[in-house]
Amino acid sequence: MKVIVCVKQVPDTSGKVAVNPDGTLNRASMETITNPDDMNAVEAALKLKDETGCKVIVVTMGPPPAEGMLRELLAMGADEGYLISGREFGGSDTYATSQIVAAGVNKIGVDKDDIVMCGRQAIDGDTAQVGPQIAEKLHLPQVTYAADIHKDGDNITVKRMLEDGYMTIKVQTPCLLTCIKELNEPRYMSVGGVFEAYSKPVTVLDYEALKDDPLIDATTIGLKGSPTNILVSFTPPQKGAGMMLEGNDMATCEKLADLLAGKHII
Amino acid sequence: MAFNNTDLAAFKDVWVFCEQRDGKLMPTDFELISEGRRLADELGVDLCGLLLGDNVEGIAKELGGYGADKVYVCEHPLLKVYTTDAYAKVICDVIEELKPEAFLIGATNIGRDLGPRCAARLHTGLCADCTHLDVDMGIYKDFLHEASTLDNERIDGLNTAMVLGQKHDVSRDLKMTRPAFGGHLMASIICPRFRPTMATVRPGVMKKRPFDQAKADACQIVKPAFELSEADMQTEVTEVVKAAKKLVDLIGADFIVSVGRGISKDVEGGIKLAEELAAELGGVVGGSRAVIDSGWLSADHQVGQTGKTVHPKVYVALGISGAIQHKAGMQDSECIIAVNKNDSAPIFEIADYGICGDLFKVTPMLTEAIRAAKAAK
Amino acid sequence: MDFHLSKEQQMLRKMYREFAENEVEPLAEEIDETERFPAETVEKMGKLGMMGIYFPKEYGGAGGDVLSYAMCVEELAKVCGTTAVIVSAHTSLCCAPIFEHGTEEQKKKYLPDLCSGKKIGAFGLTEPGAGTDAQGQQTTAVLEGDHYVLNGSKIFITNAGYASVFIVIAVTGKTVNKRGKPIKEISAFIVEKGFPGFSIGKHEKKMGIKGSSTCELVFEDCIVPKENLLGKIGQGFKIAMQTLDGGRIGIAAQALGLGEGAVNEAIKYTKERVQFGRRISQFQNTQFQLADMHTRMQAAQFLVYSAACKKQLHEDYSMDAAMAKLFAAEAASDVTRRAVQLFGGYGYTREYPVERMMRDAKITEIYEGTSEVQRMVISSHLGVN
Repeated sequence: MKVIVCVKQVPDTSGKVAVNPDGTLNRASMETITNPDDMNAVEAALKLKDETGCKVIVVTMGPPPAEGMLRELLAMGADEGYLISGREFGGSDTYATSQIVAAGVNKIGVDKDDIVMCGRQAIDGDTAQVGPQIAEKLHLPQVTYAADIHKDGDNITVKRMLEDGYMTIKVQTPCLLTCIKELNEPRYMSVGGVFEAYSKPVTVLDYEALKDDPLIDATTIGLKGSPTNILVSFTPPQKGAGMMLEGNDMATCEKLADLLAGKHII
Repeated sequence: MAFNNTDLAAFKDVWVFCEQRDGKLMPTDFELISEGRRLADELGVDLCGLLLGDNVEGIAKELGGYGADKVYVCEHPLLKVYTTDAYAKVICDVIEELKPEAFLIGATNIGRDLGPRCAARLHTGLCADCTHLDVDMGIYKDFLHEASTLDNERIDGLNTAMVLGQKHDVSRDLKMTRPAFGGHLMASIICPRFRPTMATVRPGVMKKRPFDQAKADACQIVKPAFELSEADMQTEVTEVVKAAKKLVDLIGADFIVSVGRGISKDVEGGIKLAEELAAELGGVVGGSRAVIDSGWLSADHQVGQTGKTVHPKVYVALGISGAIQHKAGMQDSECIIAVNKNDSAPIFEIADYGICGDLFKVTPMLTEAIRAAKAAK
Repeated sequence: MDFHLSKEQQMLRKMYREFAENEVEPLAEEIDETERFPAETVEKMGKLGMMGIYFPKEYGGAGGDVLSYAMCVEELAKVCGTTAVIVSAHTSLCCAPIFEHGTEEQKKKYLPDLCSGKKIGAFGLTEPGAGTDAQGQQTTAVLEGDHYVLNGSKIFITNAGYASVFIVIAVTGKTVNKRGKPIKEISAFIVEKGFPGFSIGKHEKKMGIKGSSTCELVFEDCIVPKENLLGKIGQGFKIAMQTLDGGRIGIAAQALGLGEGAVNEAIKYTKERVQFGRRISQFQNTQFQLADMHTRMQAAQFLVYSAACKKQLHEDYSMDAAMAKLFAAEAASDVTRRAVQLFGGYGYTREYPVERMMRDAKITEIYEGTSEVQRMVISSHLGVN
């Protein structure tokens, strides 16, 4: 049995977010981190490893420096890493990305008792699309928003969160689960793990390695394979210096409430 | 005939997935139907609801009251409770048969499970968690003039997009605008080559129209044919549990109402007013160091250098002067509202909105005004 | 000398920092205020391999190197001087002498539990009449059949109240030195908590590192099995001095972290605090102060890392460790004091951590050899005597 965890390296938006004058993100000025929800997926996989001794494989799509992130996940206890990287994959939207990552997962191979895990969504795009789309491409059942996972043989029981409660869902392996932060508290790398991280295997999957997968052709990857296009990206107007409202009566409060409602804040 | 999603002319009508839980429509359904009505009018097509469930026909007509011309109702015992398997199958089959031009889904936990799965199966584009939708170029450009820092020339030139090296006229495309990077960037997305264009829409953003009984009565109910059996099911929902919203701590709260030394003349009264405002906003109460040190609130409420660092959507500071160590814990809030008697209190330097006045008088009025504004939505 | 950190060391820095910021910093104020030993943090550090960084895996260590250990103490000290010294005393003063001087049986028996943090280690050398001057020892150990009987007491013993394994230095007889002068024969022992006749005495109230447990050790006819002699009879002085050489790297790293932590706090604060209508970081005095503070700590870092690398390579690092500790400790005291000054009145309050850092930094000029003793060590290496 193995758990394949799909992870993404993202800019750390918890600090200051720098935007270039042309409305694009100044990625160079921001630190990169492993996407937080993905860390919960890694932790869930490592917990299964602790319980069952299964293998944990981490896979990401990104530029070559993303290997550094994979090494950190290996230092946490994952066994193997795969880096899907290639010029041909650039410009992919979520659909094309799912197509490519699914091909990468196929290359690793999903067996009868395996689980694929993803974070619910990435903090850069917040789309929450890649997980379910990988599941569709791999013809796996999916359970999203997993807040609790129990494995008993091939049966997986998942607590799946809703806004107003939760569902308990039974699913069999192989399947794909997307994880949320309520699921667990990700562990730290360990000192011993760090010293082992660079001797664990990391395999680069480029276009050549994946091109024979039926999911991969010129019309399914990169810009050409992306059904969506960005028409324009822009920054919202800068937050003005504070606004002192006149008066302190009911009319003032109503004006403030209207302003908040107008901005969809309430 | 095979489903050809690149034959754009074959697709028409705007569809809205109408989510029901326990046989009850969700608030997002009415918001999306209301918004969908505008888009359908701009395109000159019909607006259709798509409602899946078991024995749900009775609730379909209400959607007409908010603008649906037609509601497609798919009923089956396996559709009673949401499952990805059953819903994605039925929806994709019906879409392939009836070919809507645009398909909107509420970005609820269920919508965000369903949308991407369907888009992947239909091989089309999906834009997640949209906060603005447009077809009409004039209205879209007006929106950009107001909500972006783009210059006028750039906005006026946005009539075409380069799509695979070709100039593409975007006037009939759904322009789907969404925030990224926590709202620091916005992007308008189009799906120029495939249909239907799909979007999940953030709950609470679109305005609900007034209900119109005559339109509800006129709304047509259509039951498309579909096939669904146990063999399609790979997951089983063994229970659905409704839970009271669990208590949120300061760190995770979207709304925080904090009190400071300004409540000293009536501590209990001041905290009660803050709690009422927090309850109306759906948030929690915090406090400055002075309030915690005086024992008026327990330590887990403390915001600031020695307390917690918070970044809620709205931070309301009642009677807090805004010492540097307090500001350190809350200055990254998305919107800061300050109420203070002293018009030179430092808190006003970082507040988005300030009211100079007595918190004991202003707070109840503010609570009331927010309640009224929410009711009006 | 090449100061480029390896990929592993860079990754460790990140790991230590995440751990320090999330697990250690939130407790720092409370454990100082209540003088509480952070046992829960030690348990977490043990699980992550931070209690035995540079010992081989076969003894339960993480298989790392001395610099990786020094960096751990440094990162912890940036946010909490107490937690840093717990790791330093445990590693350098207890695990290290067992690893370097113990028999195979002793290493197999003691190191796995120490390295995993299940047991905490301490080192008993100082007595009321003997600090770094080991010849002043009054504690005695007399061989009676299959065991030694220890009598006497040790003071100012870091980790004492929570430790299970102690390296204890005691007088086992008389001998003569190289010049034929009669001197005490000193030996080292591994003493476990719970050995009959061994108890923990007075708990010291301190100016800083208040969460660390500093106590007296009391031996009243304490029975120590013969096989718990560490090294050979009469090697105690050498073991103690070598142990202190290693310990100085740990304390130097602690001082380094405290100073760097204070610089970080001062930079953050001076960019926020407004006086006379300007951020105080805009005043040249602030800029120059911070430039000097950072430069001093950077110089300290080079000395500390250099000593750690030499120890790793089994080169003679005794003088390097003394210079690193001397310089880092004095720099930390100076830099933390200047940080308090930059904070003004707020710096003197417990609202901000710099006053704690200043109190914590002072001890680094005193324990494991005062700055004066370091100067003695350095000058004797220079042949100036």
